[in-house]
Amino acid sequence: MRYLPKSDSERTEMLEACGLSSLNDLIAHLPPEVLQAQALELPPGKSEYEIMDYFRARGDRMANGYASFLGGGVYRHYRPVLADVVVSRSEFLTSYTPYQAEISQGTLMTIFEFQTMICQLTGMEVANASMYDGSTAVPEAALMAARITRRSRILVARGVHPEYRDVLRSSVKHQDLPVVEFGFNLESGEIDLVDLESKLDESVAAVIIQSPNFFGVVENTKAAAALAHQHGALLVSVFTEAVSLGLLEPPTDADIVAGELQSFAISPSYGGPFAGVVATKMAHIRQLPGRIVGQTTDADGKRAFCLTLSTREQHIRREKATSNICTNQALIALMATVFMAIYGKVGLRELAMQNLAKAHYLEDGLERRFSGPFFNEFVLRCGSPEALNEALLGEKIIGGIPLGRYYPELADSMLLCATEMSSREEMDSFKRVCAAQPESLLAKTTA
Amino acid sequence: MVSKVTPHLSQNEPLLFERSSPGKKGYQLPPLDVPSVDPAGALGAGNVRGELKGFPEVSEVETIRHFTRLSTWNYAIDLGLYPLGSCTMKYNPRVNEAAARVEGLAWGHPYQPESLAQGAMEIMAVLERYLAEITGMDAVTLQPAAGAHGEFTGILLMRACLESRGDARSAILVPDSSHGTNPATARMCGYEVVNVKSTSRGLVDMEHFRSLLNPSVAGIMITNPNTLGLFEENISEITRLLHDNGSLVYMDGANMNALAGVSRPGDFGIDVMHLNLHKTFSTPHGGGGPGAGPVAVKRVLEPYLPTPRIVLKDGTYRYDDNLPESIGKVRAFYGNFGVFVRALAYILAHGSDLRNATMDALLNANYLRAGIEPYYDLPYKDRSLHEVVFSDAIQTKLGVKTGDIAKRLIDYGFHPYTTSFPLIVPGAMMIEPTETEGKQELDLFIDAMASIAKEAEENPDLVRNAPHSTRVKRVDEVTAARKPIVRWEAAANDQ
Amino acid sequence: MSNYPANFRYTKEHEWVLVEGDTGAVGITDHAQSELGDIVYVDLPQVGSTMTQGETFGSVESVKAVSDLYAPISGEVTAINDSLAKSPEKLNSDPHGEAWLVKVKLTHPDEIQHLLSAEDYQSYIEG
Repeated sequence: MRYLPKSDSERTEMLEACGLSSLNDLIAHLPPEVLQAQALELPPGKSEYEIMDYFRARGDRMANGYASFLGGGVYRHYRPVLADVVVSRSEFLTSYTPYQAEISQGTLMTIFEFQTMICQLTGMEVANASMYDGSTAVPEAALMAARITRRSRILVARGVHPEYRDVLRSSVKHQDLPVVEFGFNLESGEIDLVDLESKLDESVAAVIIQSPNFFGVVENTKAAAALAHQHGALLVSVFTEAVSLGLLEPPTDADIVAGELQSFAISPSYGGPFAGVVATKMAHIRQLPGRIVGQTTDADGKRAFCLTLSTREQHIRREKATSNICTNQALIALMATVFMAIYGKVGLRELAMQNLAKAHYLEDGLERRFSGPFFNEFVLRCGSPEALNEALLGEKIIGGIPLGRYYPELADSMLLCATEMSSREEMDSFKRVCAAQPESLLAKTTA
Repeated sequence: MVSKVTPHLSQNEPLLFERSSPGKKGYQLPPLDVPSVDPAGALGAGNVRGELKGFPEVSEVETIRHFTRLSTWNYAIDLGLYPLGSCTMKYNPRVNEAAARVEGLAWGHPYQPESLAQGAMEIMAVLERYLAEITGMDAVTLQPAAGAHGEFTGILLMRACLESRGDARSAILVPDSSHGTNPATARMCGYEVVNVKSTSRGLVDMEHFRSLLNPSVAGIMITNPNTLGLFEENISEITRLLHDNGSLVYMDGANMNALAGVSRPGDFGIDVMHLNLHKTFSTPHGGGGPGAGPVAVKRVLEPYLPTPRIVLKDGTYRYDDNLPESIGKVRAFYGNFGVFVRALAYILAHGSDLRNATMDALLNANYLRAGIEPYYDLPYKDRSLHEVVFSDAIQTKLGVKTGDIAKRLIDYGFHPYTTSFPLIVPGAMMIEPTETEGKQELDLFIDAMASIAKEAEENPDLVRNAPHSTRVKRVDEVTAARKPIVRWEAAANDQ
Repeated sequence: MSNYPANFRYTKEHEWVLVEGDTGAVGITDHAQSELGDIVYVDLPQVGSTMTQGETFGSVESVKAVSDLYAPISGEVTAINDSLAKSPEKLNSDPHGEAWLVKVKLTHPDEIQHLLSAEDYQSYIEG
């Protein structure tokens, strides 16, 4: 077998060195009842050629050749070639967590750069080395807020990604941290500040909002932060569309920022692997979960990097750890780091401007459900999202995410997204299909 | 004698921010084919940020050099043996990477219609089936993002099952040789942790174990083979006693590389376990992620699996999220799909002969053990499976500790083994070679370990001050922790 | 050889207390700091909280270990040593002086009888 680098004669020689005569001697000491009686029921081993064939055939049963207006936490952005080139370097791809600093300076320095750029983007002072994804970063932020405030209730906006809220609920269920939702303004799509205020009291550890929220609407982070702080709670600001930070005011008023970096050169990959991140103010660094890389010097006084503050982690604290999470998403975070380096200060803004322009072009003439400002996603009121999507599929277009599943009151609406990869032609086709619907969906013609 | 490596130059490289200069570009966007939009008008002036202060401006050429230079400062499996115990650092087949980049898969959106996602859904369903076959379990969820996340999911499942029987119970037993994640996980699921002692042979102390069984015990989190690389010979008895007690059995599958094709946890009484696709199933560690931590369960726990589940009906895959007893979602979407593709590619490559990989992993561990045993203390002497734990007891007397020997290995061209774990072995040296090492590489490692043992006797300072050959010497972790510098900041006069 | 002040009282968990009137100053011993190695962080309770003899009231951290702090005596915390946040290294250089941890108003002054004298502590750590 091509992954097993030994000849039979070498095996024999090695067995002899162990004082054994056959491979089966290696398991002769196992209790007989635990030994597997039959061979695994798996197909015979495949060649590389057959393996590629297998996956190409499955890849062909996906959405190749379709235009798509799906967003909702996973975005179609162009992936610079360098991102894959860099993460394909053996030294990044096939290395372990950088515990041995002397032979891991490459990974450590890229993480330090990642942390720095996340701080620059979010207006925070310290970021961790990444987490599993945005959805799992949210409960980590909630638990962190509970530790800091020593309070025990979480308020989360319904405008936060529905799947993120699901993950939040199941993750903190057994940690005496009830989660209460507050609503959105049915007209603007922004958080309902009145509802938020009515639910705030001295027991609330954190108020969690997302901006742009699941409807694509940019939230008033300042107002939410002010309300939370009045009641001694922290504000956690979540982002799912990292490109928006190229143009939007960073959530500096938040105490904790939790986000998803998939937009930064990370393949949609049918939902993962992605990279989440949690960032905060220096005052809270000791409560920040996940790995952190710090700058220091070596024995000769040269600049060097190492994992730091590791006493927060489970391998030292065991049952007293701040979280049971061990890994970050180093390789995926590295894609995001390369992306940020390539676009840089000017490019990220230009990219965000293109997204803004495309989404507003798509929206032009359609009936938008909410009036609040939007970046590259918006909610379309269209009667039957399912019927519209069906019609679009006929034109090789994947429409938007029907919202009824998550918000019964929005069953007549879908969430649409346009990015720099949405061409004018595709968007015009989308509008043509809308216009051709029995009950026209173009606002202008229905009005 | 150091025979594996020769020192060579490596390039210096500043931080990206120190390479930055206004006007340099690494990107070019296509011309905008729609009218541009005034951000202040569309978003409100107060919502538009100023300049992205500090963000780099570098060219494409500098970018690739930057990251390529940095990459050369790392050790990697592709450079040689990476014997970290319990980490299963095996070769990461490159066809797996190519498979994960197949266009329809890499660009699949989790919300695309099921009719346009059949390929991805089939991949997940087949992987679930194969993992169930390998573990001897009945059902699998792929959703957890990593091993610790799988543990968390597994204990939530146990808890949900016990709650449905009327009592979630209050305690989880954890052997003292376990990974630190186990007790952390039990706590996160609202359980008290009760430690189970090990015997002088390094196995669960059955007398102590029996004395802990009572109606408050929800279950055990057991690693088998344990972190000493030893098979828990009483495992069938342990699982039987727990079941008789109304408890459930969780197995930490971190060491599944010792069992695949040889022994199935489902057959020795395990109710729920996680797998680390980035260990046993060869997906790359990537410098610390991504991984994936699927959880396999027996029928009794299936109703509680995270939502949604994939079902096959009339030749078509569908998502079922009508699962009233489910613990809910533990991660958005379906999990780390790109990692599933790689793991399935690995299983397809070995196929029904997966057992051969396991047997070679056991052979390699035992071969290293035989080669190293003359020079180092071996506290637990039962036959090793996929890894072996030595201690620094002999060298400590000379003032040389496990951490020093580990650092000295770097000079010999190897990544160190796992130091100071498991906690029950003072000065532990935990070594796992995996099956993807050839005899030559193992011989070089044995030579290195023998040579370091000799150095410890003749010139302990040489070992104590190692490494001597790396770009950076030992780093000052104390100052890093006392005065954390966790991001780059422009000097005041640069701004 | 370390110098353990005779007017302090000590615990087997390596904390000390110096009682003056109804107030006690609490710290860790020289032996504790030397066992821990370079201390990088100390987690202290809030002023106004109470501590109970024998129970944990905080923790000290080195690079790779965390140790709980056990209250040598019960009382209400009236002051914490803020300077340790910026300079945890003082715990290594002057554990019996500048690096006191907290001051407490004693609620059970007679508890001091359960603590070790300097001489007893010295023989405890040497034994």
